[in-house]
Amino acid sequence: MIELQHVTKLYPASARPALDDVSTEIDKGEFVFLIGSSGSGKSTFLRLLLKEDDPTRGTVVVNGKTLNTMSKWQVPKLRRTMGCVFQDFRLLRNRTVAENVAFALEVINKPHRTIKRVVPEVLEMVGLEGKAARLPHELSGGEQQRVAIARAFVNRPLVLLADEPTGNLDPETSEGIMLLLERINRTGTTVIMATHDYHIVDSMRRRVIELNGGQITRDQSRGVYGVGR
Amino acid sequence: MRVNFVLSEVATGLRRNLTMTVAMILTTAISLGLMGTGLLIAGMISDMKEIYYDKVQVSIFLADDVTDEQRTAIETQLSDSPEVASFVYESKEEAYERFQQQFSQQPELVENTPPDALPESFRVELVNPERYSVVAAEFPNGQNGVDQVRDEGDFLDRLFSLLNGARNATIAVAVVQALAALLLISNTIQLAAFNRRNETNIMRLVGASRWYTQLPFILEAALAGLIGALLAVGGLVLTKVLFVDKTLAGPIKAGIIPPVDWSAIATISPIIAAAGVGLAAVAAYVTLRLYVRL
Ligand SMILES: Nc1ncnc2c1ncn2[C@@H]1O[C@H](COP(=O)(O)OP(=O)(O)OP(=O)(O)O)[C@@H](O)[C@H]1O
Ligand SMILES: [Mg+2]
Repeated sequence: MIELQHVTKLYPASARPALDDVSTEIDKGEFVFLIGSSGSGKSTFLRLLLKEDDPTRGTVVVNGKTLNTMSKWQVPKLRRTMGCVFQDFRLLRNRTVAENVAFALEVINKPHRTIKRVVPEVLEMVGLEGKAARLPHELSGGEQQRVAIARAFVNRPLVLLADEPTGNLDPETSEGIMLLLERINRTGTTVIMATHDYHIVDSMRRRVIELNGGQITRDQSRGVYGVGR
Repeated sequence: MRVNFVLSEVATGLRRNLTMTVAMILTTAISLGLMGTGLLIAGMISDMKEIYYDKVQVSIFLADDVTDEQRTAIETQLSDSPEVASFVYESKEEAYERFQQQFSQQPELVENTPPDALPESFRVELVNPERYSVVAAEFPNGQNGVDQVRDEGDFLDRLFSLLNGARNATIAVAVVQALAALLLISNTIQLAAFNRRNETNIMRLVGASRWYTQLPFILEAALAGLIGALLAVGGLVLTKVLFVDKTLAGPIKAGIIPPVDWSAIATISPIIAAAGVGLAAVAAYVTLRLYVRL
């Protein structure tokens, strides 16, 4: 479902590669933590899966499609099968909760009827059914992240990429977000989450891929954050 | 495609950088207005060439009492002359007809001119216009039925070079202005894209097509181009009403300068509009391609 073969990413400005000969495979429906110190290449890993950037060497395959040879105009189609969540939520400030979620469907030309039906459903799923008309600044950080997750999930993606989704949240709120991501994972969506949050990694016991200086130094099913800790 | 979405994005975009939008519209308008002026002058030149007979360089006016033999002799001499490229004969009736046409704006003048008042003539095109005097010497004034030989080319050359110069100068200024307008459009679009980067980033991530993401920006530029074009046409109308029709009324009446017709403005208006919309849209598209990650 997702496959990296000898992937190296060298950013133009830097001498050291952000990813260095990375090979791995992630199956459909897996829940994967991507861990490693700052600058180890986690975000780069996720960016390559979205074809936000191309690898310098190696091949990236997502949903059976080789991204290296994919033409520019096919990229939107790829991204419609993927959802993304970030540390900073990235909501549109002048749109309500419901409008933020609907935006993701409007801009890919989903019919009005579908949008009207699906948006309340997904808001209920993330636990925001009473707050559809609020603006982002009228929500707590955890609630804002739920909106972002709703937006990422509303089109039922095959893969959900989350780059430090709990980075700005307190432990309790983070736990709620993790329950939500687990629930999404149970619907069959592959979840790949980059994180520094060892509480979460340790308590969930899912597959852990650890990056260090752009290389995979550990790949463990039912892993923990730090070995021997 | 959601029309509402696109239109509201366009409106917000234009409102958000109002000063840039105004500057963009004004430079576009000036450029297009000058372009329109250039086109009007070009049309005027071709009208004038019709009035003044294109390519005629020498007119040989015949005396009123010219005989048939004298006329035939002149004709033969013209056909045989190596200096003459071509010539046409204009009878009194044809001369009167042309006169009527030329002075159609002044019916009194036409009424007071008897149909036989205008002389018959040969209109001659020379192989080398500079050898006018050689040809003139072959047909001495007042002899053999020739009343007068006149060098039209000299006058026409000067007149048309003046007009061509005016046209070229306007178009040159229009081009420079157009360049300024294009740069402003490009700048405005970059600014607009920066202002809307949150929206476009999300659109990119959720898989909106490139076209869908770009369209509001392109329409924004096209709309500004259209408004600029409308202002330019308005400027041309004002110029016609306030300047051409007033200040140039005399020469126009005398048939020296052709009038600027409403139909001429009506003809070039769509050209101006298309140029404004087209250039703005293309500039926006190229800008998005080159400078903006969508
Ligand atoms: N756009 C870029 N241009 C140049 N270098 C970059 C770019 N993005 C990342 N890098 C470099 O690539 C390396 C990996 O960065 P990346 O963002 O993938 O790390 P990360 O594991 O996500 O770090 P963090 O935990 O701090 O988010 C770093 O050395 C970083 O400086
Ligand atoms: Mg990162």
